[in-house]
Amino acid sequence: MSEAAAHHGPPTSFIGKYVFSLDHKIIGLQYYGLALVAVFIGMFLSWLMRFHLVWPNAAVPGLALLSKNGAPGGVITPEYYLSLLTMHGTLMVFFVLTNAPFAAFGNYFLPIQIGAEDMAFPKFNMMSFWTTFVAFIVLLAAFVVPDGPPISGWTAYAPLSAVGSDAGPGLGMGQNLWGISIAIFCIASLLGSLNFIATTLDLRAKGMTLMRMPICTWAWFITSCIALLAFAVLLPACLLLILDRVAGTSFFIPAGLMVNDKIQPHSGGSPLLWQHLFWFFGHPEVYIAILPAMGIVSHILINSMRKPLLSHKVVIASMLSIGFLSYMVWGHHMFLSGMNPFSALVFSFPTLMITIPATILTLIWLGSLYGSRLQITAASLFALGFISMFVSGGVSGFFLAQPSIDIYLHATYFVVGHFHLVMGVAAIFGIFAGTYFWMPKMTGHMMNETLGKVHFWMTFVGAYCIFMPFHYLGLAGNVRRYSSFVDDFMAPLLPVHKFITIAAFFTGAAQLIFLYNLIYSRFKGPAAPPNPWNCTSLEWTMPSPPPWNNFGGVHPVVYHDPYQYGVEGAKEDFIMQTSPEQVKTPVRS
Amino acid sequence: MGKLFAITIVIIAVLSAIPVVMNYWGPPPDISTHGYAIDEQMHETMWEAGLSFLAAQFVLAFFVWSFAGKGKSDKLKDFPGGAKWLVIAALVFVGTEILALGAIGQKAWAAVYFAAPEKDALTIQSQAGQFAFYFRYPGPDGKFGTPHPDKIDEGNQNFFGLDPENDVDSRDDITAAELAVPVNRQVNLTMHSKDVGHSFYVRELRIQQDYVPGVDLAVHFTATVPGKYEIVCTQLCGLGHYNMKAYLSVLSQEDFDKWLKDHAAQ
Repeated sequence: MSEAAAHHGPPTSFIGKYVFSLDHKIIGLQYYGLALVAVFIGMFLSWLMRFHLVWPNAAVPGLALLSKNGAPGGVITPEYYLSLLTMHGTLMVFFVLTNAPFAAFGNYFLPIQIGAEDMAFPKFNMMSFWTTFVAFIVLLAAFVVPDGPPISGWTAYAPLSAVGSDAGPGLGMGQNLWGISIAIFCIASLLGSLNFIATTLDLRAKGMTLMRMPICTWAWFITSCIALLAFAVLLPACLLLILDRVAGTSFFIPAGLMVNDKIQPHSGGSPLLWQHLFWFFGHPEVYIAILPAMGIVSHILINSMRKPLLSHKVVIASMLSIGFLSYMVWGHHMFLSGMNPFSALVFSFPTLMITIPATILTLIWLGSLYGSRLQITAASLFALGFISMFVSGGVSGFFLAQPSIDIYLHATYFVVGHFHLVMGVAAIFGIFAGTYFWMPKMTGHMMNETLGKVHFWMTFVGAYCIFMPFHYLGLAGNVRRYSSFVDDFMAPLLPVHKFITIAAFFTGAAQLIFLYNLIYSRFKGPAAPPNPWNCTSLEWTMPSPPPWNNFGGVHPVVYHDPYQYGVEGAKEDFIMQTSPEQVKTPVRS
Repeated sequence: MGKLFAITIVIIAVLSAIPVVMNYWGPPPDISTHGYAIDEQMHETMWEAGLSFLAAQFVLAFFVWSFAGKGKSDKLKDFPGGAKWLVIAALVFVGTEILALGAIGQKAWAAVYFAAPEKDALTIQSQAGQFAFYFRYPGPDGKFGTPHPDKIDEGNQNFFGLDPENDVDSRDDITAAELAVPVNRQVNLTMHSKDVGHSFYVRELRIQQDYVPGVDLAVHFTATVPGKYEIVCTQLCGLGHYNMKAYLSVLSQEDFDKWLKDHAAQ
């Protein structure tokens, strides 16, 4: 029974409707908009990095305006390269991969898909977004402080990140802003995930049992459980880091460090403590990015195939076990960190185990395609592309999960290729699929399918051209996080880097087509009917876009499992969850 | 368009596999006694991961080719056996792979990390700092002098902070910016960080290990092929990270003795 309606009435002012909105749908759109800004900044930074790697002495016109010291005359310095790298990673992981698939789509569709009128705590929800926004501004402020953004990477390993500006440029105010931004982001994510959990457990409509929730709702629910535990650890870690930096504590700094000819006034801290706390968050974060994409892709595939997946329960069980195992594997980032080598084996085993539910999911997606009536749309192309990317990124995890192989591949471009494919590209394919699928509902306008397909082909081929060669570089031992390759053995690999850079420009340019399509169709696209894809879940029972109170004050009643497609004897080839029409269990051979 | 998708995926999968099969950019030949086990493990994993990759992409391509564009007149069918057999297949095949790789891989890992160094291993101290590696040999007395961080003075070549005036052991210590080791003799390399985190990586040696500030670690290895190899830093350590490197010289015993003598004289 939905109770959230009592929490707020219809918005009465522009600010109440579009700025400080209590409406989960507007908040979802705000998260989406924020992620969109972040992803284009992040992509631009990656262009600068790729450019610098292959033309280290060439000037980027106008870059000196952004940073006089970092890019004198437009030529990127080695330290500014590291600043770009840190900001790229931080923006993408936190403000894109956490915000878009989870916070944006989750906010918009989780309450609707379970038949609620809003989130359990609309004010907390508003606070989550605006807190995230503050975190974003604080992070971007690092670009304009005198010594620039931090150079310690998105992982901010101590003591480099903890000892202050003695260790290099960007490690003064820039690193402080980074720590503050991430701490604020953690608070926002904690508020958001609590809200998701409470909403899912308390506000389901009559008849909406847990097993009747669509797979994407399940994915957002599991993700919020993961996020609640993960950000709860990263928050204190960031606070301790800030204390080490500004209050003279020594959580992460041991005694006797001689940095830049100065003995550091610290003693008793442990650099490994930071790594443990960071990766206790950091690994589950991978699943915070990818689980919602798995859910979104499943939801869209089922709709495109016109038949349910082979097993709803197995898919949910697999996602639950991935969520559970994600907490037991953080040490695989630390095989060579100097922690006890016995623990490497302990962390390696559950890491390899995660392959099992991941393989089950992949086999279920593949097996479900068999005998389907697959409709090719921009959304379904991205969903199919997701499966391909998820497999490609997943198999390389098999190497890195083994400590003995990690001795050779750790910190090489093999790792960069692996995580970009599996957590970056795959998750972003999930976001694109969700965008083409749900934007008609969110804006009331259809997107252009042809442009969507062009966007898919350029992105799909382009992403493979960028990230597959990263694996070859890694096999050759090319070390990551280098601003140029001065070593004898890395210099010959430069042609591969050139190829990647050109592919990155090409693929990035394809995203402008997406941006144009998104903005153009928002205003000029044909009006979207309530259910353009003949879908079964609750978001398609209402007008596009939905009214402020979703179901117009009526409490929906749910009669069916979420994916009643291809049902024999039904009027159409699908039955909405809210339709009282009685059906036989489909029998297929 | 489904057929185009299928063809594209097959082309991408095959093109992706070619450089690996042809070994265009593989690891350089191994020069250590423990490395073959790692290479073997990598080779096994490449087969298993490579075949899984190709199989999954081909099946995806085949099903999209076969079922894209089917309409209402086409009968919906379920995969023979349903989810049950797919789950069993995943459990059996992946489970076996995990156990096999886990069991074999443990040996390769154990050879590097669980075995204690041999008694007659040559101990060399290494120190990493922004942005250089330094190496120290105990000299004829076989004893290392005690380092004092506050006495580090790079201008005077006192990279380790030795105190030869008061510390007898440190007087004959040999310090170098190059790591010279005798061929076919085990080396026990102790690792000390002067400032922030660094890492020691020699591709040919199949050794990579982080330097942890505040914790002195050690790795041991035996190099089997004389030659000169690059040591690079693989832990982001600041603006000069990309340029932090040194050379490993694997020398015959005579050349190594001569090298020590020459460096002692400096």
